Amino acid sequence: MSTVRIPPVLRVSTGGEKLVETSGTTVGEVLTTLVAAHPGLGGQLFAADGELNRFMNVFLNDTDIRHLLTLATPVGDLDAIVLLPAMAGGCSTAGCCSIARIPARKGASR
Amino acid sequence: MTTELLGEPRAAQHDVQTGTLPDGRILGLRCRSCGRPEPLGPSYVCAACFGPLEVAYDLDVVRSTLSRAVIEARPAGIWRYLELLPVAGRPARGLPVGSSPLLSAERLGEAIGIERLLIKDDSRNPTLSFKDRAVAVAVARAVDFGMDTLACASTGNLAGATAAAAAVVGLPAYVFVPADLEPAKIEHALAYGATVVPIQGTYDDVNRLCLEIADERAWGFVNINLRPFYAEGSKTLAFEIAEGLGWRLPDVVVAPIASGAMFTKLARGFDELAAIGLVKRTPVRFVGGQAAGCSPVASAFRSGSDIIEPVRTPDTIVRSLAIGNPAEGRQAVELASSSGGSIEAIPDEATAQAIRRAARLEGIYTETAGGVTIAAAEAARRRGIIRRDDEVVALLTGNGLKTPEAFRFGTQPRPAEPGVAGLAPTIPASFSAFEAWLDR
Repeated sequence: MSTVRIPPVLRVSTGGEKLVETSGTTVGEVLTTLVAAHPGLGGQLFAADGELNRFMNVFLNDTDIRHLLTLATPVGDLDAIVLLPAMAGGCSTAGCCSIARIPARKGASR
Repeated sequence: MTTELLGEPRAAQHDVQTGTLPDGRILGLRCRSCGRPEPLGPSYVCAACFGPLEVAYDLDVVRSTLSRAVIEARPAGIWRYLELLPVAGRPARGLPVGSSPLLSAERLGEAIGIERLLIKDDSRNPTLSFKDRAVAVAVARAVDFGMDTLACASTGNLAGATAAAAAVVGLPAYVFVPADLEPAKIEHALAYGATVVPIQGTYDDVNRLCLEIADERAWGFVNINLRPFYAEGSKTLAFEIAEGLGWRLPDVVVAPIASGAMFTKLARGFDELAAIGLVKRTPVRFVGGQAAGCSPVASAFRSGSDIIEPVRTPDTIVRSLAIGNPAEGRQAVELASSSGGSIEAIPDEATAQAIRRAARLEGIYTETAGGVTIAAAEAARRRGIIRRDDEVVALLTGNGLKTPEAFRFGTQPRPAEPGVAGLAPTIPASFSAFEAWLDR
């Protein structure tokens, strides 16, 4: 069983548990098992298309899984998985960056 | 504005220099992805979708009280724009941050083919970098929230800024940095009395560790759990540029990109000024610069992708931009693309040459990120993104004394000779010895 560390903002879905022991041979399997045990995490861990939520960074033994084999990265019994926010993301806020969306002027002479 | 009103944590203050702040100007926090409102507090992640939080304002309220005349009557510094910053009032204590000069750089502009080049010299802040702006806002909020310890994950400039701001408000500071950071930046933070914790690994390793610490300790990490407030401080660069140009926007802004937060907040700053009627809404192209040895945002821009492929091991002299997994990378790509700008990847040799040019043509000694900015302006000019007659504002965000060896990168040491500047040999303290060396 590997250990998954749950960030505070998601602990409401794990009944307050900070460390959850979960089975699986890959990171993807571990997270799927985790969601099966704690269904409230589903919408936060995965996007509608089944891919990892783009705001979620997953680390295996302190290494970003994007530097490994992403969700296919093999996991051993003594491995530790940490879920952390990416603190990044789109620009969906109304009004944000609207200056930039105005087409550039031609010539730009004054 | 559809966000539910969540309000200020305390009543608006009266300040003799800034007047009474209007009630209701800050609506609370809001998820940038799903729009879900959150109460104003030291949080940075949406509980519903894990997206990043930002501060939401009611700009109608701001418009009703803020005018050019009100701003111009206030003292210099970032608090001139108080109504557009997420603080309850002007802080009782703090460093004099902001109002850095906007300088005409005719000689440098001529060298890189831009007729109207202006330099926003933000190395003039108290700890010699633009980070003082973001930290001032974050620390003001940390004090409001009653936090008893400040902290940050830093590529260098933030270390000094956080340490100094903590000293002024009398709080301890923990500064986490990559262990191979430039020594001058570590000494700088130590001088202010901070605890500096060198971490084995890259900045991204430092950042990951700090995210875990921030989850477990009630410390105010300025760029993590105070990030919604911290990021807002960079808007003041945009406010000052617009005010410095006589309340209008430039054709192009050129800025360095590390996390991408400052780059994108420039657009938000211009947008807010237009929304409250202080400037005419005109198009601005945003040009960003990254070091070629750590350029995940420039790579995404070049490939036309909005997916940022993280860089595991940065390889560049530009430590202050060496973030392999940038928090706002996607947004920076969107901004550069939608504005008709670009994001340039700059080799270290070009960065060093740009540092020398700024120093030797304009008398401005900038750190490596500033060299990247100037080289990015030149690269964008070569590719036609910037036109010769554009009005271009380049942001030099840190002082060259923080990266003292960088300007020599890629050059051979060359002693001074008569008529050739450089380091002369040591000579006896006699007039005849000097004359002999000069006439040899």
